[in-house]
Amino acid sequence: MSLRSNVLDLRRRRKEVQQGGGEKAMEKQAKMGKLNARERILALLDKNSFHEYDLFVEHSAKDFGMESKVLHGDGVIIGTGTINGKPVCIFAQDFTVEGGSLGMMHARKITKIMDHSLKMRVPLIGINDSGGARIQEGVNSLAGYGEIFFRNTLASGVIPQISVILGPCAGGAVYSPALTDFVFVVENISKMFITGPSVIKSVLGEEISMEELGGARVHAEITGNAHFYAKTEYECFEQIKTLISYIPRSNLKKAQAYPPKPPLKGKKIEDIVPVDPRIPYDMRDLIKTLTDGSEFFEVMEHFAPNIIIGFGRMDGETIGFVANQPMVLAGVLDCDSSDKAARFIRYCDAFNIPIVTLEDLPGYLPGVDQEHAGVIRHGAKILYAYSEATVPKVTVIIRKAYGGGYIAMNSRHLRADFVFAWPTAEIAVMGPEGAANIIFRKEIAEAENPEEMRQQKIKEYKEKFANPYVAASQGYIDEVIEPKETRSRILHAMKVSENKSVGIPNKKHGIPPF
Amino acid sequence: MFEEKEFRELVVQGAVYKTKYTRKFEERDVWETPDTNKLYSFIPGTIIDIYVKPKQKVKEGETLLLLEAMKMQNQVRMPFDGEIVKIYVRKDEVIPNRHLMVEIKPKK
Repeated sequence: MSLRSNVLDLRRRRKEVQQGGGEKAMEKQAKMGKLNARERILALLDKNSFHEYDLFVEHSAKDFGMESKVLHGDGVIIGTGTINGKPVCIFAQDFTVEGGSLGMMHARKITKIMDHSLKMRVPLIGINDSGGARIQEGVNSLAGYGEIFFRNTLASGVIPQISVILGPCAGGAVYSPALTDFVFVVENISKMFITGPSVIKSVLGEEISMEELGGARVHAEITGNAHFYAKTEYECFEQIKTLISYIPRSNLKKAQAYPPKPPLKGKKIEDIVPVDPRIPYDMRDLIKTLTDGSEFFEVMEHFAPNIIIGFGRMDGETIGFVANQPMVLAGVLDCDSSDKAARFIRYCDAFNIPIVTLEDLPGYLPGVDQEHAGVIRHGAKILYAYSEATVPKVTVIIRKAYGGGYIAMNSRHLRADFVFAWPTAEIAVMGPEGAANIIFRKEIAEAENPEEMRQQKIKEYKEKFANPYVAASQGYIDEVIEPKETRSRILHAMKVSENKSVGIPNKKHGIPPF
Repeated sequence: MFEEKEFRELVVQGAVYKTKYTRKFEERDVWETPDTNKLYSFIPGTIIDIYVKPKQKVKEGETLLLLEAMKMQNQVRMPFDGEIVKIYVRKDEVIPNRHLMVEIKPKK
């Protein structure tokens, strides 16, 4: 055999394996409105950057007729490549091969690329599209999942881990995405649940469609399992590329700096916020007056929208924003919003991303459902996350900062580096209405005209406490600033925080309230 | 926040805020004080046997009926000494969760 014929033989073999589950299965996949595994990788990565490994891996199962089955690549593609020039490790389950089911070799390929990404300190992207465990392989398939979960956990906080759900991801398989940092879902394509609709119906008699139980929208809006929601796979890939541009490749690096640019000349910052703290506005408009090019990449847009989290750049550097949203539920903290913000704060802290907190909240959401759902332990997460974070932390109090909400939103007391307040800020134990009702209960009750007395006392309290100057007199805020100074103040604060060095007591790890 | 909603009112510590609601907030369970004289199912399942009749006097701990769910036969017992007022389920009936099964009243 000549070298040429050897090479031709290799090419033939490659071509065969690259057909995955074959033409029919590929057609079926396309009919479901889905790209196939290889198309997805090529669409996501830079052109000609994908390098595949373990193409010729085959399963070794011998039972239930598996011995005669050829499963190309054992139903998963692994490799490395670049996104906008930045290296990533990637795997994509191939639904056309035995439903993308996970057997031992399939799992071994995934753990190989996971080990690689951890060693090389580059982000890991996993594209999930699988019917679940390969039942014919029994406990070996369960072992495979366990090995993946274990690696997800060890890699957590070291390299960014991204899960893309582009098909079913059910049963135990859901726990790999749940352990990763960011989960991407696509309308009508992503399906995630522990127990499917048919089991729920047969056991519990509850009827529900797959989409309503664990579709993309449910996870983006209701469960909070997903961080990014897209209408199409291509939109999803664009979101991943944008995310990659904002985050560093590992916890040893800072995010790449981009050329600085000013915010767009749009609405003036002072025109966005109504002075009356009971009137809403869209906090995102305010964020966009602060960021380079007025660009803001929101994370978990649809889940607990009463708090906003996301990335922007200031002077070219990535900043993590955490902000109350007065437009939704008055911007209160509750179980979901605390959980959402806390995890994001910990992400930013782990990956050296400074945090800017914009505060405007009336406190915690009242209600039996909240109390019984554990708002105490969920609310504690946000305190924990802020207190623990050692990245530069800047807070700007826009309007309301009442009670426990004031403390929770990166106050001085939780070791914020810089706390600024607008002149419209109201830093107090509670809003004037609530406070007047308590402090002047007797006077109001005994007054000839109680309502008139109440209004008068509210006014009195407002003048005395509903401002930033009491807190400023105690040094709890560093400076009362004009709204238009906000960006320059934050930029300067970040500049002087560049070499920030603070520690936390030596420990194995803390015990956050999760 | 998939559909734009009109501003609604939310009261936090006496102040009335204009704001939007989320789907989850609107669909939250509204708390009701439980009526100890009404026994509801705690899991969906099948009534496989009923051992009591209306007006029957029953002692605390006596089994009233069997509710099979998740392959387990759950004995629904009398929470206190009293009397059966009304039975709302039939044998072999498949019932959802939080379904009223029996109304009882305590001994005078």
